Parts: sequence; structure tokens; C-alpha cells
Amino acid sequence: MTVAAPSLAQAHTPNVRTLKLAEALFVPLVALLVSAALFSLFLLLIGKSPVDFFGLVWTGGFGSSFSIQQSLQRSAPLILTALAFAIPARIGLTMIGAEGALVLGGFAAAVIAIPLVTVGIPAPLTWLLMALVAMATGGLWIGLAGWLRHYRGVNETISSLLLSYIAIAIMNFFVEGALRDPASANKPSTMPIGDAYRIGSIPGTDVHWGFAAGIVLAIALYILMSRTTFGFAARMTGGNVRAAQAQGLPVGLLMVSCCVIAGCCAGLAGFFEVAAIHGQANASLVAGYGFTGILIAFLARHNPLAVVPVAILFGAIAAAGGLVQRRMGMPDATVLVLQGIIFVVLLASDTLYGRLKFFQPPVVGDRT
Amino acid sequence: MDSSIFVVLIAMLGGAIRVSTPFMFVALGECLTEKSGRINLGLEGNLVLGAMVAYAVSFHTGNPWIGVLAAGGSGLVLGAMHGYICKLPKVNDIAVGIAIMSFGTGVAFFFGKPYIQPSAPRLDAIPLGDWTGNASLAQALQVNPLFFVGILLAVVMSWAFANTRWGLIVRMTGDSAASAKAMGVSVDLVRFIATTIGGMLAGVGGSFLSLYYPGSWNQGLSSGQGLMAVALVIFARWDPIRCIWAALLFGAAGAIGPSLQSVGITQGYYFFNAAPYILTLFIMIASARSKGAAREAPGELSITK
Repeated sequence: MTVAAPSLAQAHTPNVRTLKLAEALFVPLVALLVSAALFSLFLLLIGKSPVDFFGLVWTGGFGSSFSIQQSLQRSAPLILTALAFAIPARIGLTMIGAEGALVLGGFAAAVIAIPLVTVGIPAPLTWLLMALVAMATGGLWIGLAGWLRHYRGVNETISSLLLSYIAIAIMNFFVEGALRDPASANKPSTMPIGDAYRIGSIPGTDVHWGFAAGIVLAIALYILMSRTTFGFAARMTGGNVRAAQAQGLPVGLLMVSCCVIAGCCAGLAGFFEVAAIHGQANASLVAGYGFTGILIAFLARHNPLAVVPVAILFGAIAAAGGLVQRRMGMPDATVLVLQGIIFVVLLASDTLYGRLKFFQPPVVGDRT
Repeated sequence: MDSSIFVVLIAMLGGAIRVSTPFMFVALGECLTEKSGRINLGLEGNLVLGAMVAYAVSFHTGNPWIGVLAAGGSGLVLGAMHGYICKLPKVNDIAVGIAIMSFGTGVAFFFGKPYIQPSAPRLDAIPLGDWTGNASLAQALQVNPLFFVGILLAVVMSWAFANTRWGLIVRMTGDSAASAKAMGVSVDLVRFIATTIGGMLAGVGGSFLSLYYPGSWNQGLSSGQGLMAVALVIFARWDPIRCIWAALLFGAAGAIGPSLQSVGITQGYYFFNAAPYILTLFIMIASARSKGAAREAPGELSITK
């Protein structure tokens, strides 16, 4: 019955935090390796060479300074959409609507830009207004799903995906109709913002500013979630809603706030897609960034800092997609298959937590 | 004006019958899965993969019904994957559903690329409206056999849940895993079988999309029907017969856009396309906190808590 005093042996064993961290790195890594093996098997079955594939992904993603910059560029929206999944996940919500918030945010930014560009407001001010509008729109969209969840009991996973489809329909409705640029014949789009209003690259690189914004936000949200009262309250709510309520935490406010933050991230991604890449809003915004973001967030275990390297990895896979398509004659959906395999294996690997003896803190004393 | 309203209503009736069939199959599959106390959000993946497999098999064999069977088989595999993974401890069934959704669509898009162009033999409809002597009514009453299979299935399921030993076991597993265990029932096995069969039904629903209506394979074939069907089951309060009515309602909502287009109203086509999503959302808002839904929900279900 006695609780043993800390023994000498314990001083030499790593502490619980280190073990937890090692476990949180080890399990996803194993999942990635298993997925790579399964995907290689898949390639062999369809008569392609896995060595070629991973070689091309390496060349296309990290092989040259050009491809590294491409990868970073591609990872920018992914960082933001992954944050949009990770933050609500910390409070226990499975919010999969980042795609819609990105599209609607980008669309709103493109629309607000039209009068500003016509009047000739200076570019930086235009960008600021566009970004704010995009974030507000995205925040409203995911915030709505969070509000419905807490105050109406509507399952947030389904409602956020429905809102995504509605967002895409709203954009199509306006882009095909009232707000269509008559010059966009084949691909209905809003009026272009013009080259003078394009957001350029980070000096010395070809990577647009969205990447920097993603990193800054990832750090800021990491601090918010792990070093502030707000973050503590949010994580506590995620751990046990009833306990948080019993403690008198404003659970509804916390949930909606997390969702609004998530929506702001996704909306900002939409803003950068419009202001830095496309220059207008059209169907190109619906590129699946929201869904890849979900996978990235799961791999990063919803840790905002870990989101960045994982997003760069997936940015590289996306950047190498074209090369793989051309050299190996494989369809663009190859990346989707790889992502799907990683996703399934990763979630199945959740079962390993707490079961690998190596990562369990040693039992001190007898627990009888 | 009256005649065009009539045309729209007829078109919506026909549309409801056509559009509702995939909803019906997915909803019945999800109903079975949820009755056993597990949720499968991945049926969208089964639907898309089923559509692709059905089209490809029908193209190669020349027989669309073999395509339907193959689609069921592909759904079975995905369902079994979901069922097996969710059986592992500490795994979140909602998240696995999202993963299966992305895996299923990825595989479907990968193998479906060569089948976007060629046209495969499609399922034939049964002309039920020829006696009316009204062309548009006859058109609306061209009903696919799968529609009747779905209704029959719902009746059988409803009867089986209420009157058979198996139905009782599934319901008990869904309401209280502890009491199922106490009765010596293997909870994991029941849920695994329910998820697998549910996945198979969703695959069959997918075959309807590519082999009958819209009747071709492309990457935008299903946009959320599988997910809407999950919401539909909550709305139908886990009753197979009510699933049929709900599917018809969703089908009618989905048919608004095309019906209006048939009388020349093209404005707001994209807006009406969003009608089923908006309807689903409102139905979810209306039914989420209702006492009836809470009473009839399987007790083990994570989505209603």
C-alpha cells in the first residue's frame, strides 16, 4: 500500500513528458513508413516502380532550389487549412469545413477588391482589407458550424461539410452570374485584381507571403493554445466538456471562438490563393486544400507547430505531382491514393498509443 | 403558367424517384450500421468507388447488373476496412470515416480516369407510366428496378429489426454494449458485420449513380450524397421505412434545379443545386434537439451525444 519514495533508478529513466513526446513522434512516423510500404505495394501491383516514384517525389519536392520553393509555396494554404482543423480539434470538435471557408473567403476577398482596385486605393491597404474580409467570412462560416454545434446540438462534422458545399455553390452562383468577368469565357471568374495588386514573393525567393503568414500564425496559435488561459480552458473543454462546464468555463464561447479562429485561418488561405496565385476567384479555389489540411492536422497531432513541417511534406508531394504524372504516366489522383492510404493507416495507428511498453513511464512502487 | 408549374411538379416527381435511389441505399446502409451503435461517415467514399467500379465492370462485361454486384463488392471491402479499424481500441470512428471517404474517392479517381470517356451499358428502367398517355408523366415514371429493391430492402430491414433474433441482437448492441456482452454477444463482431453490410449497400447506391442517373462516370458524380444520407438517417430516426420517405424528400429537393431548367428557368441554377445541402442543414437543426430523436437514437451512438 505504501507509495514508494522516488528511487535512484527513477532518476535515470526519462520523464513522462519526454516519453509522451517520443511516442507522439514515433507513432505517426511508423504510420508514414507503413503507408509508404503499402503504397509501394500498390504501385507494384499496377506495374509501376516504387523506387521511381519516391525518387521523383524527392526530386520534384526537394531536389533543387526551384522545387523546394515550389514545395514551400504549395504548403502555404495547407498550413492554414491544417490549423483550421487542428484548433477546433483541440476543443473536441471535428470540423471538416475548411475547404468551404477557404473558397468563400477567397471569393469575398476577390469581390471586395473590385471596387478598391477601381478607385485606386494603394495596394497594401487593399490587401489588408481583402485579408480582413476573407478572414471575417471564413470565421463566420466555421463559427456558424461551431455555434450550431453548441447551441443547437447539430453534429459539427456533417454541418461543416454541408456548409462547404453551400459555400462552393454560393461562389459558383455569383461567378457564373452577377459577378462574372465577361472576358472569362472558358472558366467563369470574377474580375481580375490586376498585376499591380498581386501579392509578390518573399524577397530573395519565389515563395509568396502566404507561407510567412502561415508560419507566424502557427507560432501564434501554438502560444495561444499551450501558454495562455484561453488555450488551457479550450484544451480542458476538449478533454471533458461536462467537467469544464462544472468548473464554470464558458464552453459555448470557447467553442465558437476556436471555430472562428479556424475559419479565419482558412479564409486567409483563400485570400492568399486569390491575391498571390490566381488573381481572381474561380473554380480553381476548390483544390482540396481543406481536405489535405485535415490529414496534415491529424499527422501533426493537432499541434500548431508540428503542422508546419508536415504541411511542407505534403506541399512537396503536391509539387512533385506534375513530375510524377509526366514521367510515370500516372493520373493526378495518384496523390489522392497516397493521401488516402496515409490517412487510414494513421488513424488506425491511434490504437498504438499507450500500448508500446517502451514509451510507458516505469511503474514506481507497487500499485496493489 | 399552370402548365409549366405542372411540368415542374412532374419533373420533380420523376427527379425525386431518380435522385432518391442512391440516398436510399446509403441511408439504409448507414441505418444498419448506426443501429449497431457505430457511425460510418465514410459512405461517401463507398458511393464514389461503387459508382466507378460499377461503370468499369459494366463497360468490360457488357452487363450492368454484374457492375451493380461489383459495386456492392467494393463497398463491402471499404465497409469491412472501416469495421475492422474501428474495432481497434482508442480509434475514433468519426475520424476513420473521413479517412475512408478520402481513400475511397482517391482510389476511384485513380482507376476511374480511363472510364470518363467511354460509355458503358446502363441499367434499363421499367416504363410504368405508358398508360397515362402523357409524355412527361411517362418520362417521370420510368423507374429503375433498384428503386424497388431499395423499398423492398427497407421493408425487410424494418421487419427484421422488429421480429428476428438478428434484428434484436443488432438493436441491443446499438443500445447498450454492456448488456449485449452480458448476453454473450460479441459486440465487435456484430458491429463489424453491420458496418460491412452497410458499406456494401452504399456501394450498390453508387452503381445507380453511374449506371442510371446521371448515368456516366466522372469525378464530380457524387458531391456529398453519401454524407447527406448520414444526416438523413438521423432525420429518419433510425427507421428504415422513414429512410425511404426522407430519401424521396431529399431527391425532390435535388431535382428542383434540373426541373426548373426543363421549363427554361436557368437563373439561380447553382443556387438550386445547393438546395439539398441547405435542406439537410435545416433538417439537422430542426431534429438535433428534438425529444423524439433523442428517444429513438441508439444509445451507443457517438454522434448524438
